[in-house]
Amino acid sequence: MAELAAVIASTHHPFYYKTSQLPPKDRPPFAEEWITKIERFRQTLTAAEPDVLVMVGSDHFHQLWLDNMPQFLVGKAPFFDANWYNEEREFGLPRMLLRGEEDLAAHILRDGLDRGFDLAFSNELRIDHSITCPIITLRPQADLPIVPVYTNIFAPPLPQPRRFVQLGRAIREMVESWESDQRVAVIGTGHLSLELGGPRQFGEHGPDPEFDRKAVDWIASGDIDSCLAEVSLESLHAPGNATHGFMDFMLMMGVAANRAGEGQKADHVETVDLFHTMEAYFTWYPDGVPEREPDGRLSSAASSASEERSESGGEQ
Amino acid sequence: MSRYLLDKFLYTVDRDPELVERYREDPAGTVAWWETERANKILNCVDAEDSTWLGFTEEERRALRTHDHVTLFELGAHPFLTLTLFIAMFEHDHEPLGYVKAYAQRMSHIQLPYPDITT
Repeated sequence: MAELAAVIASTHHPFYYKTSQLPPKDRPPFAEEWITKIERFRQTLTAAEPDVLVMVGSDHFHQLWLDNMPQFLVGKAPFFDANWYNEEREFGLPRMLLRGEEDLAAHILRDGLDRGFDLAFSNELRIDHSITCPIITLRPQADLPIVPVYTNIFAPPLPQPRRFVQLGRAIREMVESWESDQRVAVIGTGHLSLELGGPRQFGEHGPDPEFDRKAVDWIASGDIDSCLAEVSLESLHAPGNATHGFMDFMLMMGVAANRAGEGQKADHVETVDLFHTMEAYFTWYPDGVPEREPDGRLSSAASSASEERSESGGEQ
Repeated sequence: MSRYLLDKFLYTVDRDPELVERYREDPAGTVAWWETERANKILNCVDAEDSTWLGFTEEERRALRTHDHVTLFELGAHPFLTLTLFIAMFEHDHEPLGYVKAYAQRMSHIQLPYPDITT
């Protein structure tokens, strides 16, 4: 069976690419810390030595539109073109081409339907920055095949937060029941408090730092119960009008849960306070933090997870 | 009230570079043309299968004609669509972040709960 090599949850800031491409002398003052933390975050995926990436994100009214809107959709295709004209225009994102992993996509569709998730599918999907941003930050060589999973956090009526957690738990089980010897990383992106197109947009920090602090604590400690107890479709309007993207973080807490469905502490936690949003980066290693054996083979050693956590968790 | 049609206007204009420029230069003409020629087009379907029932209210038409992003917000147009299109049309005339901060400032009287954007 396939192995869940890493679970990664991240914000997806579309301006990282442009910022990181600037010559150092032209970069804004926050760039150095941001780039350093992203490079450290990238190492957490590299160390897991994945063969395949399941990419959880949300189409921003690019291919999915109000005349035909799925709640959860799996991309099953041999290739995925990526990024759209308005993302090139506004964010300077490059056009990309990613390979698809159709066998895993087919398994997730069949198994997901049989588990009670009525997943939609697409055989020709142009993916957007919710998926390409983490490719750029975590795997810039874009060399691994992907299975995109889109969620609707954007066009109400939306699924309930608990449904995102349930789908996350199911994705873990589905990955681990895939008949393959591949190592799979599941990477998902969402938002903390965020306002776009409203009066609180582009302030000095995210629109609700108190929500951000609580949200980072829930994710870092794997506290699914407290998170579900406080977060509802209604409550997410208060921290900012685009904060429903936080439900993709809740999905990732579900993926990172253990086989009993209990949330787990993240092995790597980092945040960056940008001028209008807080960025946050989390990595879990379900089978322990990867270590190198003397002969170069990977092994998993759960004992090192706590050391890693104490080293990187202090900046949350 | 036709939030869906407001969103459809913003969506179809934003994804087409020629329409973005045309709407910036001639908002009234573009809105009139779009409502006649495009409002009833089911995306991805041939002309013979257009819808027959979609139209703006006068208030919606006026908000689009006057590039009034505050009223569009108050009418429940999807804020992400409005912002993205308005950045494309107007941000290049401003200092970095100047346009999006002024955009927020013009909405500073708006309190929670925000207008419903459900379609």
